[in-house]
Amino acid sequence: MSAIVKIPTSLRGLTGGSSEVEVPAGPLDEVITSLTDTYPDLGERLLDDAGNLRRFVNVFVADDDIRFLDGLETAVSSGQVVTILPAVAGG
Amino acid sequence: MTFATSLKCRECARTYEPGPLYFCEWCFGPLEVAYDYDRIAEVVSRESIEKGPPSLWRYSDLLPVSRSATVDLGAGLTPLIKADRLADELGLTDLWIKNDTLNPTNSFKDRPVTVALSKAVEFGFETVACASTGNLANSVAAHAAHAGLDSYVFVPHDIEPAKIVAAAVLGNVVEVEGNYDDVNRLCVELHDTYEWGFANINLRPYYAEGSKTIAFETAEQLGWRLPDHVIVPVASGALLTKVKKGFDELVQVDLVPEDRQVRISGAQAEGCSPVAVAFENGSEDIRPQKPDTIAKSLAIGDPADGYYALRAVRKSGGAVAAVTDEETIDAIRLLARTEGIFTEPAGGVTIATLVKLAAQGIVDPSERVVAYVTGHGLKTPEVVNAQALARVPANVAGFQEVLGEKE
Repeated sequence: MSAIVKIPTSLRGLTGGSSEVEVPAGPLDEVITSLTDTYPDLGERLLDDAGNLRRFVNVFVADDDIRFLDGLETAVSSGQVVTILPAVAGG
Repeated sequence: MTFATSLKCRECARTYEPGPLYFCEWCFGPLEVAYDYDRIAEVVSRESIEKGPPSLWRYSDLLPVSRSATVDLGAGLTPLIKADRLADELGLTDLWIKNDTLNPTNSFKDRPVTVALSKAVEFGFETVACASTGNLANSVAAHAAHAGLDSYVFVPHDIEPAKIVAAAVLGNVVEVEGNYDDVNRLCVELHDTYEWGFANINLRPYYAEGSKTIAFETAEQLGWRLPDHVIVPVASGALLTKVKKGFDELVQVDLVPEDRQVRISGAQAEGCSPVAVAFENGSEDIRPQKPDTIAKSLAIGDPADGYYALRAVRKSGGAVAAVTDEETIDAIRLLARTEGIFTEPAGGVTIATLVKLAAQGIVDPSERVVAYVTGHGLKTPEVVNAQALARVPANVAGFQEVLGEKE
């Protein structure tokens, strides 16, 4: 019962080179906690001092922006893909 | 040569060697080109610029590319028109239109693209790409063809047909099943796999610098004076943010005599107004939207630079307003019939916003105002229901029968 988190190239140095990490399915905040428990350096990059997602980090569950879903409470089911991307692109 | 020194994170100020990078690996903040302004101030002058080419490359000292290494179709130095008839309609006294429909591919996007693709060549990319609502696709495909590069330009599947044609005759268009924000996400993911130069992703810090030149030209064409107030359409917010940077740089390197803030106001469509909503709410938090507007070139629901555009507007004492599709079409006609300029809906949104802000007194009648009209109406002919007045036989009697005899 795992979800898959896709890691952008620039952060793969912090996941031992892995482009995808399997974590237990569940609410998104728990998915991210599982991820950052395994790779603490990654947590520092994704989350600010208060533990919130940084302003310029976008997270997608099954290709949908979590701001159109339930934010960090979005349910991530088994087999679903969570994508982390830099926000400052396009236009 | 260029006076660009590094890429610098706007959030945490970490610096990076110039390269195809766009976000800070530490905090995900956007990277921006940093310059040695002291050296620029030593070499640049009004005279040195005026002796330069009749394009935006006359400002190369303030761009991150050497003038001798450009991919150049002649972008920039578009007309600045005194708009007295439109001013009369709106109760203004000193109104100007920057007609950026007259760029090589008929939109302001040629400004950022000539810079981005010059860097693509410098970095050795053989293929370039972009996520676009249409105008950028056209411009990237054109500049790529001129430079002998392959291009893949990604657009939402439902943009205006003329924009698909204009890009498809020049390069490879990929229609994506989704809105612009979906296209953008796809391209960010593709950029991780394909070693392409994406104009508005890994080349974005350079790309965005090109938009400063519309501010440089505005001041030069006003006789090296700053305007009081400019009206700028807001999609990603990058243009507005760079307009502010452009005016600030002119002050910094002493090209204009005044040291003051130009008021900058933003224009959005009601059907895609995340920055206007945040402005109205007094918030710094830009909530993304699902766009629904005829102004497809402004239909970015998750604006990358929305946060910075909002800050630039507030710092300058401007406003952000949103207008309906109906107001947009009325404004397209108003601009056409008063000033002879035919714009696509993005320009209609800008003029409609000017109408609104003038009526509210936010644009003051005594101000010198410049409105940026950024894309040509022939790209979107279907939005205005404009038809011939009459069809007549090819003789005078036939004409008079339809339209009446001369009195």
